[in-house]
Amino acid sequence: MQEINTIKENTTEAISKIAEKSGEKLANIKENAVPAITNFVGSLKQNVGDNERIVSVVAGGGLITYGLSKGGLFGTAMSLIGGGLLFRGATGHCHVYKAVDKSTAAPTETRVHVQKSVTINKSQAELYQFWRNFENLPQIMNHLESVTVLDDKRSHWKAKAPLGYSVEWDAEATGEVENERISWHSVEGSEIPNSGVVEFLPTTNRGTEVRVTLTYEPPAGKLGALIAKLFGEEPSQQVAEDLRRFKSLMETGLIMNIKGQPSGRISEVAEEMSAKSQAASA
Amino acid sequence: MKAVCWMGKHNVSVENVPDPSILNSRDAIIKITTTAICGSDLHLYNGFIPTMESGDILGHEFMGEVVETGSSITNLKKGDRVVVPFTIACGNCFFCQKNLWSACDNSNPTPTAQETAYGYSGSGLFGFSHMMGGFAGGQAEYVRVPFADVGPLKIPDGLEDEQVLFLSDIFPTGYQAAENCNIQEGDTVAIWGAGPVGQFAVKSAFLLGAEKVVLIDHYKDRLELAQKENENLEIINFDVDDVYTKLLDLTGGRGPDSCIDCVGLESHGSSPDALLDYAKAAMFLATDRIHALRQAIYCCRKGGTISIPGVYGGFLDKFPLGAAFGKGLTFKMGQTNMHSYMPQLLEAIQENKIDPRFVISHRLKLSEAPMAYDQFNKEKDTWRKVVLKP
Repeated sequence: MQEINTIKENTTEAISKIAEKSGEKLANIKENAVPAITNFVGSLKQNVGDNERIVSVVAGGGLITYGLSKGGLFGTAMSLIGGGLLFRGATGHCHVYKAVDKSTAAPTETRVHVQKSVTINKSQAELYQFWRNFENLPQIMNHLESVTVLDDKRSHWKAKAPLGYSVEWDAEATGEVENERISWHSVEGSEIPNSGVVEFLPTTNRGTEVRVTLTYEPPAGKLGALIAKLFGEEPSQQVAEDLRRFKSLMETGLIMNIKGQPSGRISEVAEEMSAKSQAASA
Repeated sequence: MKAVCWMGKHNVSVENVPDPSILNSRDAIIKITTTAICGSDLHLYNGFIPTMESGDILGHEFMGEVVETGSSITNLKKGDRVVVPFTIACGNCFFCQKNLWSACDNSNPTPTAQETAYGYSGSGLFGFSHMMGGFAGGQAEYVRVPFADVGPLKIPDGLEDEQVLFLSDIFPTGYQAAENCNIQEGDTVAIWGAGPVGQFAVKSAFLLGAEKVVLIDHYKDRLELAQKENENLEIINFDVDDVYTKLLDLTGGRGPDSCIDCVGLESHGSSPDALLDYAKAAMFLATDRIHALRQAIYCCRKGGTISIPGVYGGFLDKFPLGAAFGKGLTFKMGQTNMHSYMPQLLEAIQENKIDPRFVISHRLKLSEAPMAYDQFNKEKDTWRKVVLKP
């Protein structure tokens, strides 16, 4: 709250400065407008993310300065636009976002929930069988190091984390309908409590719709930060890419890549050449 | 090996790079025997296509000899002569099986940029930016061909490289453009752009039964070549004649039944709308210049078809959707579904219905590519099609 109050003060001050510089007429407006604005600001809900707020403040300030130095109708217009941006940045509230019901502000809930689907030109049975053998999953999920099946119900999962760390947990199948769905959750006491379901839905003539729903609770502290990195800033993007690899592997038998192809980039050429000479000398 | 690399806008050079190797079991390595520079390579050269990286190997029109195959390849063997389509397709996905090869779901390993820009990603392409998969191209001594069990077309003995090289892109591209016009008896087809794709579109339109074909450009040499090649062809030089008036005159006031835009995003012209496009593209207010497309839409008859093989990448400004709606036009466009056309067009070449060699203007060595790019970009009238030999 301390911070928001400071921001409010700064906004008021900035608006005051604009008014002063723009002459007496504006000064009159200021007297009436500033208290009204101050009240108004307090009632606004934040819907602009932190980075965007910084950009808005910087851009807004720049436009005001530019506009005031230009003067005239154009300069005034620029200042007004700048004022709008400054306001948006300072308060974290954007009227346009509100009107379209959008928000880039960080959500307060820590539980991560992801749902993604992909259509694969294969039968339900083929896809189900691949997935049901959980040991196959590291082939399509880049962040997984290994999955070991312990028994009919339980499996041990190990995921790569940055800086050589890894995260492990045991999962238990909670429900299964052959060729249609598999659901699981992590066992009590896991570092990352998580659960998920994958469904294989038939289509008329387009193969099978695969729908994945995942929920996990990142722990607090250092481990939580590592896990956040592990799943990237956009966990739904990570799942989308896993599903894309699943589709490609099932449809074509491989996952297309270009790593290792030639280019004229000096670093890559040197790397390749030294690898070759090492191989030759060994 | 030697390879032609894009080092930046207006900067290509021949570099020593590592030889390609098999990266997937469905790959093959081809030793290039002949390759070509495409007009669309100039869009890369001129910096119009985003996500190019300095050092990328260029080239998507090439052919050669199979020297190595991945473990899953059974249709090709060492020594086979093949032409490779510029679009890469898996043959297994919904789109490939619907003959929409250029919409392949699985051949672009870096689809995110296209998904962000277009909603979904098309197939991977050789040597045409990382948005299109970042595949190393074929203006080189060797190239890796992914999904080699699906793309490469085997060439029988008795045909020279130059006769079949253009099956890799521009001949099927011109043909698909004409086929997209759904040409009926008595139809007139107007074609903007007398470059190689336009030249093949003219021949294809006649092959598909068009009664009258009109070619529009302002490069005299290119127009003359097309006239020499097609005796019934009408031409319009837009520096001399008003295109709309002339087209009305040639069609008894009806307008052409179909219009093909073989120009794409770097359209020329000196009318006010064309000059405005230059200014906006220069200021990044719009990315593509669309004078030819606007004119095609304006000239097309009611209920007609606009077919677009010319490449567009971004946003269009002042797109006359009102005219298109008012006349109930049909639009057909996109990268060529190469795999559908290559076998039948190879047959057309074997049966002497067409000899694609007529488009070639220059035969050079691979090492001369930097000069060729520069000249092709500047001297469009005389530099029509450059063929390179490694």
